[in-house]
Amino acid sequence: MSSVASTVLTLVLFATYLGIGALAHDSHFSLGWVLGSTLLVWAGPAQIILISTLGSGATAVQAAIAVTVSAIRLFPMVVSVLPLMKTPQTKRRHLVVATHFIAVTLWVECYRLLPKVPRERRIAFTHGLGCGLLTVCMVATTLGYGLAANLPPVFAAAILLLTPLAFLLSTARNCRQISDILALVLGIALFPLVSQLHTGVDILISGVTAGTIAYGVHWWRQRARA
Amino acid sequence: MSEFFGSPHALLILVLAGFLPNEVWRMAGLWFGAGVDEGSEVLVWVRAVATAILAGVIAQILLQPPGALAGVPDGLRYGAVAAGFALFMLARRSIFAGVVGGEIVLVAGKWWLG
Repeated sequence: MSSVASTVLTLVLFATYLGIGALAHDSHFSLGWVLGSTLLVWAGPAQIILISTLGSGATAVQAAIAVTVSAIRLFPMVVSVLPLMKTPQTKRRHLVVATHFIAVTLWVECYRLLPKVPRERRIAFTHGLGCGLLTVCMVATTLGYGLAANLPPVFAAAILLLTPLAFLLSTARNCRQISDILALVLGIALFPLVSQLHTGVDILISGVTAGTIAYGVHWWRQRARA
Repeated sequence: MSEFFGSPHALLILVLAGFLPNEVWRMAGLWFGAGVDEGSEVLVWVRAVATAILAGVIAQILLQPPGALAGVPDGLRYGAVAAGFALFMLARRSIFAGVVGGEIVLVAGKWWLG
């Protein structure tokens, strides 16, 4: 049963990186560039944001700001999962590689799998799991890039559609609070309006506005309840 | 090899605009993580903004689609995603059902329209 669950997660990851490879191809990036981004960035949303902002003509600074805002969520993930790997003898430098691997899939899998692993072997286990997932994603990136280049247009379009579909649905699935749901709905609804302004930072304006409104509703509801 | 990696300038942008702004939060978690409460209000706001930014990017890909996706009529793109979302909800939040359903609507729709 546990292997089935991991298969489904890996499948979603595979589809996501097929889409990222295809998106990079159609936004005119090189294969080496997008493989480098999978290895170094190792976070689907940040890679999509990087490729689509740079691809639509944003400057490196605008892209960097959008990427860093999307990456803040990695901070609480790292904070919550590292204590599972530590022993009294663990030095900070032993955790650097494991920390790099932490993204949403590995984070979920760590919670599921680490308790079954003896504590002193958990860092090595995380390295193995991270390398395995990374290999799967590198293959998917290459495949997506190649397919986008060689398939008839209708199937190339289908692979490009994987990105918005997989991210929309996995984000919707991860919604826990009213603020998450509102942020998703308002974020989609506001972008078309803000993009009319052609500011160059449309994504940031719509994202910060929608996210703050969503948080405001959450805050107001909590206060009303208290 | 140079064709594989493209221009050095693009790789530099990858590191400066992609790798560093992303990785800094992981390393911050490693260095300063001990004293932060996972359920704190700031993190609720951060998660809402990060979700909304990603939602905006999803909207951007559908509204201003890259490459081959631009060859699909607007209505069909929106319809395929809406159908995928509906199936996802009907199938008790199954991502697999939603993705497959949306893709079938796109390919079948394109074939139907010729």
